[in-house]
Amino acid sequence: MADLSTNFLGIQSPNPYWLASAPPTDKKYNVLRAFEAGWGGVVWKTLGSQVKNVSSRYSAVDYNGSRVMGLNNIELISDRPLAINLREIAECVREFPDRAMVVSLMADNTREKWHELIAQVEDTGAHGLELNFGCPHGMTERGMGAAVGQDPDIAKMVVEWVMEKATIPVITKLTPNVHSVVPTGRASVEGGTNALSLINTIQSVTGVDLDTFVPNPYVAGKSVYGGYCGPAVKPIALKMLTTIAQDPVTSRVPISGIGGVSTWKDAAEFMLLGATSVQVCTAVMKHGFRIIDDLCDGLNNWMDEKGFKTIYDFIGKSVPTITHWEDLDINYHIVANINQDKCIHCGLCYIACEDTSHQAINLTYGKPYNTYSIIENECVGCNLCKLVCPVDGCITMVEQRKGDEYLNWKEFQRRGLPLNDH
Amino acid sequence: MAILNNRLTTEQYEHNFSDIHPPFETREAALVEANRCLFCYDAPCTKSCPTSINIPKFIKQITTDNLKGSAYTILDANIMGGGCSKVCPVEKLCEGACVYNLLDEPPIPIARLQRYSTEKAIAQKWPLFQRKPSTGKKVAVVGAGPAGLSCAHVLSREGVDVTIYEKESKGGGLMTYGIAAYKVTPQFCEDEVNFITSLGGITINYGQELGRNLTLADLQATYDAVYLGIGVGVARHLAIPGEELEGVEDAIRFIYDIREKGYPSVPVGDKVAVIGLGMTAIDAATQAKRLGAKEVTIVYRRTQAEMPSTEVELNLAKLDGCNIIWLASPKEVLGENGRVTQLVCQIMELGVPDTSGRRSPVETGETITLDVDMVIKAAGQIPYEDLVNTNHLTNWSGKLAINDNCETNIPGVFAGGDCVNGGKEVVDAVQAGKDGALAILHFIKSERVQE
Repeated sequence: MADLSTNFLGIQSPNPYWLASAPPTDKKYNVLRAFEAGWGGVVWKTLGSQVKNVSSRYSAVDYNGSRVMGLNNIELISDRPLAINLREIAECVREFPDRAMVVSLMADNTREKWHELIAQVEDTGAHGLELNFGCPHGMTERGMGAAVGQDPDIAKMVVEWVMEKATIPVITKLTPNVHSVVPTGRASVEGGTNALSLINTIQSVTGVDLDTFVPNPYVAGKSVYGGYCGPAVKPIALKMLTTIAQDPVTSRVPISGIGGVSTWKDAAEFMLLGATSVQVCTAVMKHGFRIIDDLCDGLNNWMDEKGFKTIYDFIGKSVPTITHWEDLDINYHIVANINQDKCIHCGLCYIACEDTSHQAINLTYGKPYNTYSIIENECVGCNLCKLVCPVDGCITMVEQRKGDEYLNWKEFQRRGLPLNDH
Repeated sequence: MAILNNRLTTEQYEHNFSDIHPPFETREAALVEANRCLFCYDAPCTKSCPTSINIPKFIKQITTDNLKGSAYTILDANIMGGGCSKVCPVEKLCEGACVYNLLDEPPIPIARLQRYSTEKAIAQKWPLFQRKPSTGKKVAVVGAGPAGLSCAHVLSREGVDVTIYEKESKGGGLMTYGIAAYKVTPQFCEDEVNFITSLGGITINYGQELGRNLTLADLQATYDAVYLGIGVGVARHLAIPGEELEGVEDAIRFIYDIREKGYPSVPVGDKVAVIGLGMTAIDAATQAKRLGAKEVTIVYRRTQAEMPSTEVELNLAKLDGCNIIWLASPKEVLGENGRVTQLVCQIMELGVPDTSGRRSPVETGETITLDVDMVIKAAGQIPYEDLVNTNHLTNWSGKLAINDNCETNIPGVFAGGDCVNGGKEVVDAVQAGKDGALAILHFIKSERVQE
């Protein structure tokens, strides 16, 4: 059995799974249920000035019968009185001292307000703070949330205020609603933050109701941009995470990865790309806290299979494999191969290649089953046929190198090698 | 032993004859299955449909909540797509070809999805089709069965005025009169016919029978073209002693009565033998059982490998408790006081393949005798040989001969469906009607050029 225990800047948790700052972590009742289910930690829903929420608050994107591929919300920070939140945080820390208790904060934009809030939260016994510089809706109009995260100078200033006061580790949460997360990430690290977390939700409109003509979610005939999360955003989150993990400044601090983590595989991917802990929200909002069992169990089995004894054996392992396009090996060439024994003759590879790619699949008519085969000379090795094939292992990509040596684009150009002639 | 009607209670009849393939109850249920569809290219299911319905397309349209589009896709290719979704032997057609079979996974329930779309279209009378302005051309169609209705619909869409002559009092042909009631209800058949004629330009004259109160010559004189979709007639004779005894029934008549007279009125024996193993034989055997027969035995002269029925249909009969005797051919019906008491069968063995490619049964000389009080003949149907001969139509043992343009030996007289092929599925007849209509449109056009 591998060891899943996590030490994030001294914040201990029995596993790397924390619940993200969001509706599931806004009160003691939920948090205790999560801890009982086995969650490693929580980031308590953002505390700050008093707000009021609206109804409705969520909308989703379904895909081919699958519900909540993406979730969007317009909920604000905690709308419960601060005193109650603080009391409940303290109670949760007392009842589950072995779990990570991080509290998300978004104070009004003055040094005093931040200092005041930090002092109150530290009194609860919480183990860490997360600065919410990412909330994309509602708070930005008040100069908070993403309005801070989108401006590196402001972000750095606020982090500096926080670091003057904080005695427990500080994680700065980054907004993805920027062209690059690196500038704010660097500014935060330069301001002294102990760690970074990303991504917050992405501004979105999930859809328009085709009967009322009002976008979702519907609030009395109107809607607003919401924050998008869930499985749909995972690839975007992974990319942003990698840029933080590769940057010489931001990579100096640990990262808590967020964005569509639903399974242990997602978690492993986030960790391979540099995350020390992962935060989960949409998956529990869809399925409840019980998913923690497989999140831990699946990760454990995978680590055993790969020979990883602790999570630190693989955190960041994949970061160096994302390189610049110019450094890719042009001599690497693969062609598709269709296993005729496995082929079910659906024709999806054919029509994808024929209509949208390189006309590299041959169709031999049959009734009712056509036969499909690869025209190797035309195949550029793009993977599309393999991606659309519904049968695992039916289409494989076979290596047929163009040359033995590693050859990148810069060298290719330098030598004046021939480009495509068609 | 006796042949009796009214054997069951109303509840029992209702239970026994309720829809054997229940529809999807909800949109969600349909979507679960529709979303499983892989949306194959040049799809094997479509290629296996005699009317070439674009099945992946109509299923995709269900998933996008474009139910009208979905119904149009189906009905444009097969105007009886509603009825076909209930009666087609899909296990040997579309669903049998579904690529999921190759993964040893259940195929997409294509028929059920097709029913989901078309039932709404028919029930809510969606005006999916518009007629082109009338061309002034007139075509007579004989027979309001699947071939005739399909032909009429295509013609009318193109602006041809169509008059259908039908000998029965209802349209639909064998769909209405010749299929087990638990597959398709009389009410649905009526709705389907009304949906087809709601296009306009199609008039059905009921009670008009070729050779009785209608002549081909009159039709030729009155119309620009004639389409014969007259189907096939009564069940094939057994040509054995005792066939005239009381209790020997024609399967088509038996099924017709069940649909026309209502379940309690139709008498059925205690011990029933059904001769043959096609779809009609299954429909007769299962319904005999469902009417309250104590014992039903299907007698077939070949083996399961040669049977025309599908395995799904055979299982239906087995689940209804029908017995099957393979390799037995009726030799003589025995009776007392003019009523059936026994059926004597020759035990057969398989010999060399015949013209159908199937090994022909050969008598072994041994016999078995079944105690029965009713014998239902379901060994194929006989074409209207006399009728077509009287009208000087070239035929093969009564089956009309047509050329590649669906035209008989008489110019301007076209034909299709069971009267040509001797008796196939509804879906085959629908395609024949489409083919006939296109040929007629071409004929009318070239005729106009000649004028």
